[in-house]
Amino acid sequence: MSVQVSEIEPGLLARIARFSPPRRYLPVLGTFALFIGMFGVGGLRYEGFADPQVFLTLLLDNAFLIVLAVGMTFVILTGGIDLSVGSNVALSTLIAARTLELGWPVVAVIAVVLLAGTVLGTAMGLLIHYFDIQPFIATLAGMFLARGLCYLISVDSIPIKDETFSAIAFGSISLPGGYYLGWTAVFALVIVAVAAYVLSSTRFGRTVYALGGSEPSALLMGLPVAATKVGVYAISGLCAALGGLLFALYTLSGYSLHAVGMELDAIAAVVIGGTLLTGGRGLVIGSLLGVLVLGTIQTFISFDGTLSSWWTRITIGVLVLVFVVAQRVLTRRS
Amino acid sequence: MPETVRTGKALRARVMAHHLFWPLAALAALLVVNLIATPTFFNVRIQDGHLFGSLIDIVRNGAPVLLVAVGMTLVIATRGIDLSVGAVAAIAGAVACVYIVKSPVDGAAGTAVVAITMALAVSVALGLWNGFLVSVIGIQPIIATLVLMVAGRGIAMLVTGGQITTVNNDTFAALASGHLLTLPVAALIALGVFAATQIVVRRTALGLLIESVGINPEASRLAGVRSRTIIWTVYVFAALCAGTAGLIIAANTHSVNANSLGLWIELDAILAVVIGGTSLAGGRFSLTGTLVGAMLIATLTRTIPNIGIPAEANYLFKALVVVLVCLLQSPKARAVLQRRGDRTPTGPSREEAVA
Repeated sequence: MSVQVSEIEPGLLARIARFSPPRRYLPVLGTFALFIGMFGVGGLRYEGFADPQVFLTLLLDNAFLIVLAVGMTFVILTGGIDLSVGSNVALSTLIAARTLELGWPVVAVIAVVLLAGTVLGTAMGLLIHYFDIQPFIATLAGMFLARGLCYLISVDSIPIKDETFSAIAFGSISLPGGYYLGWTAVFALVIVAVAAYVLSSTRFGRTVYALGGSEPSALLMGLPVAATKVGVYAISGLCAALGGLLFALYTLSGYSLHAVGMELDAIAAVVIGGTLLTGGRGLVIGSLLGVLVLGTIQTFISFDGTLSSWWTRITIGVLVLVFVVAQRVLTRRS
Repeated sequence: MPETVRTGKALRARVMAHHLFWPLAALAALLVVNLIATPTFFNVRIQDGHLFGSLIDIVRNGAPVLLVAVGMTLVIATRGIDLSVGAVAAIAGAVACVYIVKSPVDGAAGTAVVAITMALAVSVALGLWNGFLVSVIGIQPIIATLVLMVAGRGIAMLVTGGQITTVNNDTFAALASGHLLTLPVAALIALGVFAATQIVVRRTALGLLIESVGINPEASRLAGVRSRTIIWTVYVFAALCAGTAGLIIAANTHSVNANSLGLWIELDAILAVVIGGTSLAGGRFSLTGTLVGAMLIATLTRTIPNIGIPAEANYLFKALVVVLVCLLQSPKARAVLQRRGDRTPTGPSREEAVA
């Protein structure tokens, strides 16, 4: 910094130079920079990429994944993991499709789907907390259970022809400038906002962070460890069911092979969003950004036309690696 | 109380406390269910000089899971986990099949040998990568191997160009369908790897060192154990096992589909390990348990269609078996059962249990 400048604005530039965002926001800012950077590069390389509608469509196409990643964030913040969400999504689409086929009213269909997902999540939480079964194994069992139930309901794909469902699926709100945003995307953003509020400003949210920081400490502090631990898996199950409903709207079908490997995408989004996998640190907004980064990779590939879909998976793997190594370096230093 | 009753009870308690009791009981129960559903289930006949029968089929079809599970056992013993084995299997299958298809003499035995060697070399390289992330960079195993789990199928598709690659090579196909000494080659490979591993870890100090690293890598290092090398080695071994399993699966279908080859095999393998009594917390492992676990899963897979339930529903039953076995092995659940037992007058009293 030159002497002259600091004479003109004494202190201000020095303050800017010294300014660094609070440590806990660093990973999220990194993800945000990555997302903006990718969008910028896309905008320069491909015509029409930087159009706001591309971004809005990105939200619409990934609404279900956003909701899944929100639930996964809760679980990972406590230091756990939930492998069952992909199968839970498939089960939700099938329950929805089958009950609609049977002529159930839409409200009842939605209630049953949400109940089933939450019950599955709660059951896994109970196994994990009260019987000391590792989250990995308990949710693995949940994954197999949900996938098995799918096949019992139907081996074939069931189309959803319900008018209310189609109306929501194709409905959108108009934005100024001729842009539009689908209802499911709006819904996903609402879920993100609610989750961000719960995590940052409620007793439950603070207990989640405390639990991820150190479970013995949380116990000694007299925090409701059992309720919170079971609660995060219940939330993850509920989010998976909600994600399943959004996925059913997106594909307008129920199928037992829907969402194979989607739990990986959700975990990857949370990791790329900067949430620490050992628990205790992370933000829901990061997971939203993580999903957007994953979505942008896919948009890149569809805009490019010469790249093949497998580059999506390879790029996601590389991104997860970069973020995990970065996390490792950051936590080692602190 | 007469002495014989008391020793009988003590013996029963000891047998039931053995870590293989419940898995073996479950395996026996499944076999009985099969025998009731199909009275000829245990029949083994010799045809063209080979053994044939349902039991042989189970061992043959369970070979890939057993192979992966043996590698996984050692990884889990070091308190790690390897999620990438399914992806490694897919990559190994892809490398071998693509090499065979591209080769000018695609039916020759030499081509198959080179293809298999290449696939195994690639597997070793992938294992080195996983081991590097875990032991040198120090990333949690579940995340370190997640990287390759996510990227691996993409890499396999890159190798095959996204196509389902079909091969026509008798030597390669023999990996899955061939017979040696009247037994299926696939089963012999898996059992051979199992036996060799068992001998190495139990006849040398390696098993002990692996367990000590699993209990506390840092303390082991301070005590003079080469923790890093041991951790690195088990990941390479796991990848090698996974690659071999991938070759067997590819040979079985004469083709490789990068999307589906070895899909969820890591989960089956982890189940086999857990059912066999190896703790995911590391530090203690049982390869024999893994063998029982793998056979249990293979038998279950066979049982479901045999008793007339759609084959796809086997996931449901796997889930139930996992939960049941985990509950039976969980100290907390045992404590609950014990308390129940104490309250009923017929159960063993606390004094008796101590005596």
